[in-house]
Amino acid sequence: MNQMTEEGYVTEDGRTIGGKLMEMRNISLRFGGVKAITDISFDIREGEIRAIIGPNGAGKSSMLNVVSGFYVPQEGEVWFRGEKRPQMRPYEVARQGIARTFQNIALFEGMSVLDNVMTGRLTHMKTGLAAQALWKGKAEREEVENREFVEKIIDFLEIQAIRKTPVANLPYGMKKRVELARALAAEPRLLLLDEPMAGMNVEEKEDMSRFVLDVNDEFGTTIALIEHDMGVVMDLSDRVVVMDYGKKIGDGTPDEVRNNQAVIDAYLGVAHD
Amino acid sequence: MAQSSQATDGLSSIPALLQRNAVEFGHKAAYREKEFGIWQSWTWKQAADEIDKLSLGLINLGVEEGDFIAIIGRNRPYLYWSMVAAQSVGAIPVPLYQDAAADEMAYVLDHCGARFVIVEDQEQVDKVIEVQDQLHQFEHMIYLDPKGLRKYDHTRLHEFDHIQEQGFAARDEFTPELERRRAKLDYSSVCVMLYTSGTTGKPKGVVLSNRNVIESAKNSAAFDNLGPNEEVLAYLPMAWVGDFIFSIGQSFWCGFCVNCPENPDTMMTDLREIGPTYYFAPPRVFETQLTNVMIRMEDASRFKKRLFDTFMEHARNVGPDILDGKPVGVWDRIKYLVGDLFIYGPLKNTLGFSRVRVGYTAGEAIGPEIFDFYRSLGINLKQLYGQTEATVFITVQPDGEVRSDTVGVPAPGVELRVGDNGEVYYRSPGVFEYYYKNSDSTADTKDPDGWVATGDAGFIEEDTGHLRIIDRAKDVGKMADGSLFAPKYVENKLKFYPNILESVVFGNERDKCMAFINIDLSAVGNWAERNNIAYSSYQELAGHPKVLQAVQEHVEEVNKSVAEDPMLSGCQVHRFLILHKELDADDGEMTRTRKVRRRIVEDKYNDLITALYDGSTEIFTKTEVTYEDGRKGSISATLEIRDAAVVPVTPQKVAAE
Repeated sequence: MNQMTEEGYVTEDGRTIGGKLMEMRNISLRFGGVKAITDISFDIREGEIRAIIGPNGAGKSSMLNVVSGFYVPQEGEVWFRGEKRPQMRPYEVARQGIARTFQNIALFEGMSVLDNVMTGRLTHMKTGLAAQALWKGKAEREEVENREFVEKIIDFLEIQAIRKTPVANLPYGMKKRVELARALAAEPRLLLLDEPMAGMNVEEKEDMSRFVLDVNDEFGTTIALIEHDMGVVMDLSDRVVVMDYGKKIGDGTPDEVRNNQAVIDAYLGVAHD
Repeated sequence: MAQSSQATDGLSSIPALLQRNAVEFGHKAAYREKEFGIWQSWTWKQAADEIDKLSLGLINLGVEEGDFIAIIGRNRPYLYWSMVAAQSVGAIPVPLYQDAAADEMAYVLDHCGARFVIVEDQEQVDKVIEVQDQLHQFEHMIYLDPKGLRKYDHTRLHEFDHIQEQGFAARDEFTPELERRRAKLDYSSVCVMLYTSGTTGKPKGVVLSNRNVIESAKNSAAFDNLGPNEEVLAYLPMAWVGDFIFSIGQSFWCGFCVNCPENPDTMMTDLREIGPTYYFAPPRVFETQLTNVMIRMEDASRFKKRLFDTFMEHARNVGPDILDGKPVGVWDRIKYLVGDLFIYGPLKNTLGFSRVRVGYTAGEAIGPEIFDFYRSLGINLKQLYGQTEATVFITVQPDGEVRSDTVGVPAPGVELRVGDNGEVYYRSPGVFEYYYKNSDSTADTKDPDGWVATGDAGFIEEDTGHLRIIDRAKDVGKMADGSLFAPKYVENKLKFYPNILESVVFGNERDKCMAFINIDLSAVGNWAERNNIAYSSYQELAGHPKVLQAVQEHVEEVNKSVAEDPMLSGCQVHRFLILHKELDADDGEMTRTRKVRRRIVEDKYNDLITALYDGSTEIFTKTEVTYEDGRKGSISATLEIRDAAVVPVTPQKVAAE
């Protein structure tokens, strides 16, 4: 990595990364007496692919939930696009341009793929319930525009063949892809992926990795992801945050992290003497 | 043969036909493609404009007359335009199979010395980049879909749209040059070069002239009364001669519309939406469709199932006769009409065949049950026999003379004869010019009088004049006792069972025949599901004793039927095994058109063949497999070998006629 400045940096593969899109400052999160996250700070830069890794129970998903506004930390500040973010409901966070996928797929099982992806456009719909029920004039135009956008996403993720299939009938890997499609339909500035490759076979992982890279490349979307597969993380991400027992134990490029003694200890275990 | 270089009406090249169509059918749809969920369409006028822009762009890029331009991708209007644009500027289009691995592509690209390559997307771009160091003449690549390519080095890489824009911007400068080049095209100029998949050895580049393509298109269109209002679905590989003839030759000759699916996986939905009037599919596609219908009917309610069975039986009895216009009783006709209203019609609609006027299958033998199923529904499915070297058509079945065991009578303009060794020869206006850079093969295949050896053994039925194909001539051999060995004949009988996807029979110069079997995972898998048999992989299912039992029954039934033919009764299968993996083109065991490469299979599984012949009851084997991305791995298994009952016959000495 070239010199890192406030304005950004240039990655090894020559992409230019911008300034801070999101910054977590001294976040601590407790559930009753259990400390899930202790005093963690890191930033996510405009246009980068940022990974959060760590052993089971390290607090990765909690961290992602703080970013998405689902959990409110007891201490610390979340800064988004240069402003301190007040306490927000998740839908308000979504309107700000943050979309996510879930570790355990959270799609509407009974609805078709197309309808599921269309729900991702909800934050972009301005007409009211009554207008949409009548489906005249502005509401109709809006629906057509949104459908056009959704079709581009469907084309992008190559899921044309299952457009009308109910989600319940799809295999696991496909559901993951549909979830990504729904998140993309929201046109997010920041996309959060919670274990996008979990439970996938090699081929599905390769497909998903390609899509993650393509999304970043094509739409310039900033991506923060949690992932267990080290190979995937090291290949995809520009910078990696490593967590263990709720604390940050490493932060840097994949190479830096790989050679960090604390990280090696956390993953391989270390003798207590 | 004295041939004029001009067609009588001046329409002596594909670009000339395009100009005629742009005038005559200017506002009629020429191309449709589903994109973003909607069918986008282009009229002949618009298509001509797009092709012109691209042609100008190609001149601008430095394409010279006589250059080869490789085209790689799935069926898309833009790639069809690329072929015609290449022809318009005097270059020769060479469509390649898009699923070929990089090193296979390298051979072909290097052999034709393509200076330019037009590809569909990143996948193909990556493959060409991977092998570009081996290609001395390669200069520029043009791609359609920019996804993922933004950050690639663009010194030799160009986006399709940009080439068109640049061409259009330079139209004043280059239009005279384009017109000059286009005017030079005549009947003898090269129209296209197609690589044969080659069941043996390296692919050969078959050079077809405008005469070959246009004459073949004209004759075959007249034979089936094809007009400008046909609709076809272009979904078979663009590198295959059939697609070139249907989607370019006949389409340009007749002026009909070519529809391109959205994505290979949406083919069935798109087929249904378009409802083609003229349809072509290899037997495998019909087989898969029929299997799907039957599987779904198994899951239907009992009432529906009974209704379906009753009416399908009626259709099987009278459907083909009604289709052929033979006399059928009034009551049977009424019953058929009722069936059509409630069963056949909706079924055809589901399959996308409501409007099919002419349907063809070719490439492999089709099972009689499959063939009859479609014909009984009132779909005019026929067989044809052809080759790349013949610009497809050798024999075709005329309406009303359709049977599953022949391939029809000589197509218009084709002369046919059977050689002393049983090999079929033909001569026609479609006979290819030559194999590119391979004059030895050209001389072997085509004699000075224009007769071409098909490589297939067959005979002409005396009473009907129909051609029957027995097998590949080089595969036909003799058993140890001197009787005729025709593996394909037995393999086809085996493959007609839905459970069996592929089979390879051995026995040349041996005393007995043995077989490898590949089961059909969708059919057998469904059967397993209904019978509570759990399995996790192809390999596990293939080794299941009940599956082996079912296959054994099939083999024994085939043996009975083979025994009825005195000439081939020696070809009964004595022992068989079910292979632990599906034969695959990526492993070189099949061609890209899914024909078994017998010699390679024989070498690769030599241990299994030995085990079949030495009487062992099981064998442990390890096989190398190649994944789609070219990486290698291996699978191992212990295979059970079964004996199949044979019908005793007295060995006969039969001269292979």
